Amino acid sequence: MAEAATAPAATASDRKHYDFDLRPDQFTHWQLSVEGDIARLVMNVQEDKGERDGYVLKLNSYDIGVDIELASSIQWLRFTHPEVKCIVLSGALDRVFCSGANILMLRTSAHAFKVNFCKYTNETRLYLEDASASSGMKTLAALNGTASGGGYELALAADRILLVDDRSSAVSFPELPLLGVLPGTGGLTRVVDKRMVRRDLADVFSTVAEGVKGKRAVKWNLVDRVAALSKFPEVVEEEARALADSVEKTTTPGIELARIAPDYRDDGFDYEYVKVDIDEATRTGSITLTVPDSVGPSNADEAYAAGAAWWPLAAFRQLDDALCHLRLEYLEIGTFCLYTRGSADVMLGIDAVLESGKDHWFVNEVRHFLKRALKRLDLTARSFFAIADEGSCFAGTLLEMALAADRFYVLNDPDSPVTLGTSTMNAGPYPMSNGLTRLQTRFLGTPDSVDEILAVGGTFDAEQADDLGLATFAPDIIDWDDELRLAIEERASFSPDGLTGMEANLRFAGPETMETKIFGRLSAWQNWIFQRPNAVGERGALNCYGTPNRPEFAYART
Amino acid sequence: MAASIDYESKIPNNVELSSDKRLQRALEHWLPKYLDWWNEMGPTDFNDKEIYLRTAVSVDSAGWAQFGHVKMPDYRWGIFLAEQEPNKKIGFGDHAGEDAWQQVPGEYRNWLRRMIVTQADTEPASVEQQRLLAHTAPSLYDMRNLFQVNVEEGRHLWAMVYILHTYFGKDGREEAEELLERRSGNPDHPRILGTFNEPIQTWLDFFCFTMFTDRDGKFQLLSLAESGFDPLARTCRFMLTEEAHHMFVGQTGMGRIIQRACELMKEHPDSNPREHGGIDLDTIQRYINFWSSSSNDLFGGEVSSNSANFFGGSLKGRAWEMKKHEDHSALEAFKTLEIWDGSKVVSETVPMRNAMNEVLREEYIEDNQKGVNYWNKIIDEYGIDYELRLPHRRFNRNIGVFAGTRFDIDGNLMTEEHWDERKGDWLPSDEDREYIKSLMVPCHEQGKIAGWIAPPNKGINGNEFDFDYVRL
Ligand SMILES: [Fe+2]
Ligand SMILES: [Fe+2]
Repeated sequence: MAEAATAPAATASDRKHYDFDLRPDQFTHWQLSVEGDIARLVMNVQEDKGERDGYVLKLNSYDIGVDIELASSIQWLRFTHPEVKCIVLSGALDRVFCSGANILMLRTSAHAFKVNFCKYTNETRLYLEDASASSGMKTLAALNGTASGGGYELALAADRILLVDDRSSAVSFPELPLLGVLPGTGGLTRVVDKRMVRRDLADVFSTVAEGVKGKRAVKWNLVDRVAALSKFPEVVEEEARALADSVEKTTTPGIELARIAPDYRDDGFDYEYVKVDIDEATRTGSITLTVPDSVGPSNADEAYAAGAAWWPLAAFRQLDDALCHLRLEYLEIGTFCLYTRGSADVMLGIDAVLESGKDHWFVNEVRHFLKRALKRLDLTARSFFAIADEGSCFAGTLLEMALAADRFYVLNDPDSPVTLGTSTMNAGPYPMSNGLTRLQTRFLGTPDSVDEILAVGGTFDAEQADDLGLATFAPDIIDWDDELRLAIEERASFSPDGLTGMEANLRFAGPETMETKIFGRLSAWQNWIFQRPNAVGERGALNCYGTPNRPEFAYART
Repeated sequence: MAASIDYESKIPNNVELSSDKRLQRALEHWLPKYLDWWNEMGPTDFNDKEIYLRTAVSVDSAGWAQFGHVKMPDYRWGIFLAEQEPNKKIGFGDHAGEDAWQQVPGEYRNWLRRMIVTQADTEPASVEQQRLLAHTAPSLYDMRNLFQVNVEEGRHLWAMVYILHTYFGKDGREEAEELLERRSGNPDHPRILGTFNEPIQTWLDFFCFTMFTDRDGKFQLLSLAESGFDPLARTCRFMLTEEAHHMFVGQTGMGRIIQRACELMKEHPDSNPREHGGIDLDTIQRYINFWSSSSNDLFGGEVSSNSANFFGGSLKGRAWEMKKHEDHSALEAFKTLEIWDGSKVVSETVPMRNAMNEVLREEYIEDNQKGVNYWNKIIDEYGIDYELRLPHRRFNRNIGVFAGTRFDIDGNLMTEEHWDERKGDWLPSDEDREYIKSLMVPCHEQGKIAGWIAPPNKGINGNEFDFDYVRL
């Protein structure tokens, strides 16, 4: 396998940087247009404009660059065009919708990059589903041609799937039969969990490389409807209209979503409210989030007027962007401390606006954005220690960051007071992938503790945080520095793979949801298969695909 | 219903149809639909006319070409495979040396089905594309040749359907039905390959099509005739004998148009043959450019993982794999070919297996060149200083690495604007097409021929040109 040799840059000097926040006029691979309450996203992948050399993005196949534009589109539409009720996804190529992740790109990517790529694309698919569930922004997948592999997985994220019936266009999962791997972007899970395709039919579907087309695709519920080629545009309009008419939405104008990008320096990068420090030598880093001096907008209308500059949106967009950069650019930095700076009272004041304004579309969007950014933190395969030191403000929304962390160190010393706090924002608006709040997940065995903590209301000190079971450790100032140093050094010395597995197991206690299955079960299997000789060995299927060699398998089943 | 079909007499075959219950049952459903298709999409207006056609009633030399007048719907479409060789071994790919497969290997079922369906789809497609041509036939001889090609394309469909019915179970039967449901140029369910959705409106197009596009068929059949899946190989070998006739029609048809142009140039040295109802050589060259370039596309991308899979799986070889090549594994071999890197043409060395489309295209172009040489000999015989040619393989491509970039007829890179200025020199213009259409006036009188084409040197099966090939 081409591990390392062609891996994206991983050292400071030649680190590759991505831009995760693009606007439609910067897109290379998608055409986005908005007309009334319908947005159209047409995939038109430029073959020669992949993120790096060594592969050609044939047949609307995608790499991270293509997906970044898709993710940017969804975020942008939700804030800038809140009137949109339906996104129509289609492909610009003749008889091809999308043929999934580019195989050569996958083959020539290092494993760690590949997993982070898959995770990002998974989050993007979930964005579509979240836009539908939380913002009444439905998606119609208008498959103008064959949707294979990741192309069909993208379609599966839509509310409805319409497939052209030209007697040859199909939906398909060729991964297993052709590549010896799995559809890694939630495909198998969504087929049986979301579309509830019968498992035996799903088995047949997932082993026939050319897929299923026409009436059979409808019968098996792989798609919702097929339409003849000449009727296709007409039926797309009809379906888009019906989806749009199924929801009520605001008619107030959207906000301008200022672009964000980090200012890089040698040892990290910065935004207005978020600062990331990196120590290459110890493979550790920190993320510091700062709360402004005052609450600012005091109600929904003022928040709406502030738009993208409103602190919760600005700060969490920066946090979200930072996580993307860390995941795809700083793969070897494994342990992060999470810091907050500012007043817990200001934080709770902002939370009060988030709560009182929740019926305003903009505040609602911001709440859901914060939810997604916090999920991104949950799902980032790095060790996180939240550090409540003097000057920190882990209260309300920011307490969620501490609850998302693997451990929470709280300085408990009368000479260096630390203030924490809760708000209604800890009681539901930010569910994790498992459908529970972070407090519920943390106290799965003692649900009363959740009520007890929420009953405190407002701010409290370190001692009380420790009593309430929020702190993992609460050393005094004498032990503080040493305790932290040792914990971080120890953490950084462990096997990164072991840590990723352990953390993912421990973070998502409680019930399974489609989302936890996608990230947990499926990506774990996929990552395992992706490492096995049957896929990536010299004669593994993924390595042989497109070469003159045919795969040779080791047939022992695990 | 089964009892009402007398298989042996209605359907000549060498596959023991009368004792093959499974195949009989499959055909019972398919045959009426096939006839419906022929009556709807074939040369319908001539269904009640008697045509002097060749029918294959067996695979031996006495039986493969029996001539007689017959109405097309009564044509006896048969099922023939070349004789089975005893102890046949697979000749190439990763299974070389193993016994040839007499059943479809499960591992390759889907790939084989896709290959067979893609090939099969072209057979009825060309009948559909040509269905109105007979109305403007330049002679009864040509009309008869057209119908011969049509019924044989119908038989090629039968041959492929036989394979689908016999070896691919329920899926195969469904595919066989869909072959009759897709329609050339239909906006809702078009034929699979683009070239087969363009109507063939004039006889110049028809002759170009049978010269260039049928020759793609020949090379696809040649490569499938090497297949490790023996029934497919044997079927394709038999089809090749018929395909040769289609190219004869194309090559000699073009030759006769060229001959007529030369005659007119000799008679009227100072004027364009168009002024005398002929077709000038420049226009002929433009049609050659158009049809040969669009047929070049049919071989697929220059570098292809499918081609590597098909060769490695011993499913599709090279043309004359066993006769012409020595290294039948092609695993260690490489091929250097020209590709487009986004800004210039560069040489790239790729594994031979991935370059099999290009290997086949090269053989094809070489074969086309022989036809062009034949035409130039005709021009030469008239002492006219003019040479017809094939365009460069990069010219006017819509599939493969050169698609989307403009190259002139010699393969030189050019800008889009320059292309727009020059393309009228190389490809048929609307005006050319209008002119050719204006020549399409029927000449349906026995022994007579239209003014833009010369009569053939000899007729069919030892008969004169002046013969009742079609009884109108
Ligand atoms: Fe044919
Ligand atoms: Fe033919």
